Amino acid sequence: MTLFIIKRVGVMALSVMCLTFVVFSLTNLEPNLRKLAKEQNNLRMTDAQVESWLEREGYREPLVARYGEWLANFAVGDWGHSTRFREPVLDIVSKRLGYTGKLMFWVMVVMVPLALIIGVLAGMREGSVTDRSLSTFSITTTATPEYVSGVIFTVIFASSAVGLKWMKGSATSATDGITFENFALPVMTMALYGMGYIARMTRASMAEVMTAQYIRTARLKGVSFSGIVLRHALRNALIAPFTVIMLQFPWLLTGVVIVESLFNYKGFGWTLVEAASNNDIELALGCSVVAVAVVLITQLISDIGYVFLNPRIRVQ
Amino acid sequence: MEQLGWGSITLQILGHFWPVWAALIAVFAVSWVNKQRLGLYGKLFDNWVGLIGLWLVLFWVFTALFAHWIAPFESLDQMAAMKNKKPGWPLPDGTGHYLLGGDRLGRDVFSRMVYGSRTVMSIAPAATLFAFMVGVTLGLPAGYLGGRFDTALSFVANLVLAFPVILLFYLLVTPEIRETIIPTALAGILFLIPIVFFIVLFFSRFEQQPQKLWIYLSVTLVLGLWAYSGLAFNADPLGVFYMDPNLLNIFVSVVFVNSPTVFRIVRGLTMDIQTRDYVAAAQTRGERPWYIMLWEILPNARGPLLVDFCLRIGYTTILLGTLGFFGLGVSPESPDWGLTINEGRKLLSIYPHPALPPAIALMSLVLGLNLLADGLREQSLKD
Repeated sequence: MTLFIIKRVGVMALSVMCLTFVVFSLTNLEPNLRKLAKEQNNLRMTDAQVESWLEREGYREPLVARYGEWLANFAVGDWGHSTRFREPVLDIVSKRLGYTGKLMFWVMVVMVPLALIIGVLAGMREGSVTDRSLSTFSITTTATPEYVSGVIFTVIFASSAVGLKWMKGSATSATDGITFENFALPVMTMALYGMGYIARMTRASMAEVMTAQYIRTARLKGVSFSGIVLRHALRNALIAPFTVIMLQFPWLLTGVVIVESLFNYKGFGWTLVEAASNNDIELALGCSVVAVAVVLITQLISDIGYVFLNPRIRVQ
Repeated sequence: MEQLGWGSITLQILGHFWPVWAALIAVFAVSWVNKQRLGLYGKLFDNWVGLIGLWLVLFWVFTALFAHWIAPFESLDQMAAMKNKKPGWPLPDGTGHYLLGGDRLGRDVFSRMVYGSRTVMSIAPAATLFAFMVGVTLGLPAGYLGGRFDTALSFVANLVLAFPVILLFYLLVTPEIRETIIPTALAGILFLIPIVFFIVLFFSRFEQQPQKLWIYLSVTLVLGLWAYSGLAFNADPLGVFYMDPNLLNIFVSVVFVNSPTVFRIVRGLTMDIQTRDYVAAAQTRGERPWYIMLWEILPNARGPLLVDFCLRIGYTTILLGTLGFFGLGVSPESPDWGLTINEGRKLLSIYPHPALPPAIALMSLVLGLNLLADGLREQSLKD
């Protein structure tokens, strides 16, 4: 097990290096550098001025050497300087990640229990009316990306012209303090898209468990239906959704970017868009390291957790 | 003229869709009569979920095909007097109505929604098909042969999957990157793979029958390289195959993002199927690895692949919407659904009508694809 984790961590480090190198090369392409130079100074720079600025700022050193320099600095905690916000990257990323953490926390609090309940209710009597309607609901939510549900929810709950007017259409003020009014819409929007997928996996897993021999035995023994579901089926049925929930993190990351732009919540996703659209090289690198690390670590946790939850699996 | 009420707006919209209704009725009638002879497709007609899905998907396919008959106005026609007007507002000269209102530039929301279906329909299925070609061509040998080849490819696939999709799009789909060689190079590699796929497919089957082999191979090479020169390098001598550089950039990025997932699915299926008896029988017969992969394993993986294909077109549609939503790779005037949603949301709290139609259109198309996939899954499990 220890060897397995060490190997995986090694592969993770290699992946992070490969990916940051890709980001580094793409942000350092010639047209991007020229755009950056003009944005940093003025838009009417001549080619010679651009060239001399790039030379002076050290953008003309060999790519690999500059990447090595960035990597060495990164390893000792110097993540570089943002050209967009004119602040150290580490400060920006940690502050914005905190805001996104809050959003993620509430999304998980809403999404996971609801998804599991829907999945279990649908899967415990496969083919029933409850199953049919809950499954249709799950399919509908997976077909509704955040930018669609966000728009529909805003019209229903936050529009000043029509609808219920319960909430605010912008979550900008939520960075200072979370209230139901400013935070319910982004949380709802994000939770809805991920929910259907987890619910469908839970349903499939639950439906499979309900056909197992030991469930039949319990039934023949005279255990009540609720007893069977709660005491015999539930625990085994929740192993598969655990992996799915952990693997949802990378998907949530895309969702975070959309939702934060949609509701103007200045968290990590918003920062990523700012970094990428302004060709802020070091901020984009910092963001991609964090994003990739989140994905890889959740994959590792899901693999390890799976082994603990399901003793029949052994890793070599 | 009066402003229309919701009842007459609905009736008029339904009326404008007449070519779609006609086509749908024709397709469903023909399919219903012949459903015994149509295999899996025919069985869909016994399944309500799949049928609704098929209906929604075909609705948008026909809408894209007949867009110029359905849409009462052009997607770029602007009329200053119709700016931000409510649904059902009459034109100043009294010749008609903006059925779903006017947007911020005074364009007809309904016509733009109808034309927007063309962007999605022209990219999503083709990009998904290419992603499948790439995924199948690489996933089959990775699963069947295993070893170093598998390790290396799986590592690359996991790399792409670990990458935040949005960041990748922001880096790959920009006007700046079009000045570099990267999109063309990626297209050059990705578009070559289908040609390789078909060559290997025919070669492994007809190796012993040179006459048939030559026919198939030459057809593949002529058609393939012709399309290849036009699509990837925009150098088609006859000018039939052509792809706008903007579109090529989006297309290549979407294929690039989708193929690792297909690769993983195909690899998993291959590893499962290669333990079956008929594969062992083929191995004992002395068949070559490529024959076994393409003519024994692939046909037997078609069920799950077909289901995933439907789901993946839906996912690609969502991806394209995301691209449009962030304004990446689409011209600012185009009626693309994602772009229209993003434009509409800026004034959402005062004028909700420009953003809602494309949002609901996109949702219904993806829902249709998901329901169709669900129906196909249920019906193929019954076999």
